[in-house]
Amino acid sequence: MFTETRSWRAVQRAVRVADMAATPHGVDRYVELVAPTWSTTEVRGRVALVRRQTDNTVTLTIDPNRNWRGFRAGQHTQLTVEIDGVRHTRCYSMASSAAAASRHFELTVKAHPHGTVSNFLVEHAQPGLVVGLSPAQGAFTMPALRPSRLLLISGGSGITPVLSMLRTLCEEGHTGPITFVHYALRSDDMTYRSELDALAAAHPNIRLIRVFTDEPGTGDLDGFVDLAQLADIDASWAAAEAYVCGPAPLMAAVEEIFAQRGIGKQLHTEAFALEQVLAEAGSVGGSLRFAASSTSVPSDGRTVLQQAEAAGLRPASGCRMGICHTCACPLQAGTVRDIVTGELTSGAGADVRICVSVPVGDVEFDL
Amino acid sequence: MTTTMTATTMTEGVEGVEAVEAVGSFESVESVESVESIGSEGGVGSEGVTFDAIRTTAAEFGLTSSDLDALGAEFEAIRREVLSDLGQRDVDYIRRVIRAQRGLAAGGRALLFAGFFPPAWLAGTAALAVAKILDNMEIGHNVMHGQYDWTRDPALSSKQFDWDTACPGDQWRLSHNYEHHTFTNIVGKDRDVGYAILRISPDQRWTPVALGNPLYAALLALMFEHGVMLHNVEAERLMSGDKSWSEAWPTLRGGLAKSARQAVKDYVLWPLATGPMALSTMAGNATANVARNVWAFTIIFCGHFPAGTYEFSVEESEEESRGHWYFRQLLGSANIEGGALFHLMSGNLSHQIEHHLFPDLPAHRYGELAPRVRAICEQYGLPYNSGGLSRQFGSVVAKICRMALPGGRSWTARAFPVAA
Repeated sequence: MFTETRSWRAVQRAVRVADMAATPHGVDRYVELVAPTWSTTEVRGRVALVRRQTDNTVTLTIDPNRNWRGFRAGQHTQLTVEIDGVRHTRCYSMASSAAAASRHFELTVKAHPHGTVSNFLVEHAQPGLVVGLSPAQGAFTMPALRPSRLLLISGGSGITPVLSMLRTLCEEGHTGPITFVHYALRSDDMTYRSELDALAAAHPNIRLIRVFTDEPGTGDLDGFVDLAQLADIDASWAAAEAYVCGPAPLMAAVEEIFAQRGIGKQLHTEAFALEQVLAEAGSVGGSLRFAASSTSVPSDGRTVLQQAEAAGLRPASGCRMGICHTCACPLQAGTVRDIVTGELTSGAGADVRICVSVPVGDVEFDL
Repeated sequence: MTTTMTATTMTEGVEGVEAVEAVGSFESVESVESVESIGSEGGVGSEGVTFDAIRTTAAEFGLTSSDLDALGAEFEAIRREVLSDLGQRDVDYIRRVIRAQRGLAAGGRALLFAGFFPPAWLAGTAALAVAKILDNMEIGHNVMHGQYDWTRDPALSSKQFDWDTACPGDQWRLSHNYEHHTFTNIVGKDRDVGYAILRISPDQRWTPVALGNPLYAALLALMFEHGVMLHNVEAERLMSGDKSWSEAWPTLRGGLAKSARQAVKDYVLWPLATGPMALSTMAGNATANVARNVWAFTIIFCGHFPAGTYEFSVEESEEESRGHWYFRQLLGSANIEGGALFHLMSGNLSHQIEHHLFPDLPAHRYGELAPRVRAICEQYGLPYNSGGLSRQFGSVVAKICRMALPGGRSWTARAFPVAA
């Protein structure tokens, strides 16, 4: 590749000298004024294509700059957009094939009722929009030696990472049996319907099951996932490696089924829309004090980040799901609970990711 | 009564105060606190008599602690209103300035390749000087105040930004944002009072060293960027032995490294790049740096030292309320009047009063806030120190010269009457 060549090393040397000549800002800060996606270090991209498959989703094809190093199927990127002058970052899973020849990749975003970023993208995303990206991240991936039997389950907008796996396997010419189960509320709510049909038609090893939980009788099966339904879908489900992404109840149900069979190790899950799930997780009561702003609010059980924002503060935040550590902030007094792990953190000085922490009793932060 | 006057500096009561030497010493705190009746004599409200007794500047304006709270609430309300209104307009503005600055910097450096042609050298040097001024003042100073932190854009982040000057941004941020903006014009705590080099207030003890005041000021103006860098190292405490070299070394090393990077850029890389024009480029870059130094010195010295700015004692500012903090910021700062371009080139530090009241609001908004601040001043009977550049800077120069000589309290009171 280009990155390995001598000319590339010469370019890098030239950039280092240019950075010295452009100190303290560096050459990026000059070039980006002319070419917004150009950067020597940061991953950025330009929206190349926008399509709206359903009323409340948008599918973006992103053309990343040279710093994008590709991804493995199932991974996500932290996408940054600017809305009314403020940058917001959220995690979205790649939906396209990781084995594709093109460097372009695809994201599908579903508008959530109070989602700042998702609503902005669904309503306003246009080709040419410049976005910030993180390198692909996440451990929700298949081993390089692909499992011979696969069970891919998704619900709602959780379809993207497992679709990426399916598309990747197809492109790789994988021949083992793949069962793809998708749960949507209604048939017109389901993204990638025709793509999935086409994939299933072209690959005899794929079994496609669509369930529309609000419209019994219209899909391939009815109702929510349980042991009987799973056995109905695939008699040898217990022999498969399973990848599941969807709403919390779906994942909890599948987790229980696998745990009861004692094959929890074969199950791989990826949470999404974490913030909504977490919103109800805190305990109400106690006071939340932001020392640096001399602000104190009675805790309403939401995350420290949400409550800080509601109080008019603007702490740094990134993924808002406990991944990127942008919001990490030292706890000054009291105890908080990590709503992902349930772990309690107490005492002054501990670095806490406030986006996934709820106060337990009186708490003080240096915000 | 005399003791009360020591707490009030350069306000009034000329004869009485001249006699008292130990200003700001711990002694005077004790004596003030022991004389409870002073507060009531001074007409301060009944609550917290001891505490109010030392808030003499406020008392002079007839303001009680509840008046100060009300004053503070007015400013808080403005601040909250602007905070909730921040958005695209502010980001667009600062990006426009950044684009202009980067364009001028690149254009200026490009023009210096043709430095053999005098108009090109002049234009290139001027463009570079303007770029450096915009970078340091409207962009650097304001971004590093955190005025754009709410955008979460790393290019506008106070923690990540560094400016085109010898002083490392992170060092400056600590000393300036914390020390200067918290302890503004408190003689003995705000090291920006005379920058520890000049005698700028009659409350600073006179020694023969002060005779060189005008010379030091001229040198500081020419080498301002390095002065700011050494200010962080607390060079004066290093010289007097108050601070050890090992204590100062981490800061000094950071400052020297940054200065070196700056020097390599301006005096090695770009001159080399222009080949035969190396010396002309070097001269252009040096001129731009010095022009920026003198301009920054001029604007910044007009912020707190002109006639009519108040200084405060440690005692009257101890455990102060938020309202008193606003009061002190208001009286300790002075504005410079001018047009839109002047405000831009001064980084809106020409709106020093608004800047000190609202240091973390985007500076381009200060002009909009100024009439409201002025109205509040009128309402509370407080001075709003504003004047043209020549008047404000003229009084600073006069003060620097007068303070070279001993005393100066009665001269200050006579030359710069600041009674309410």
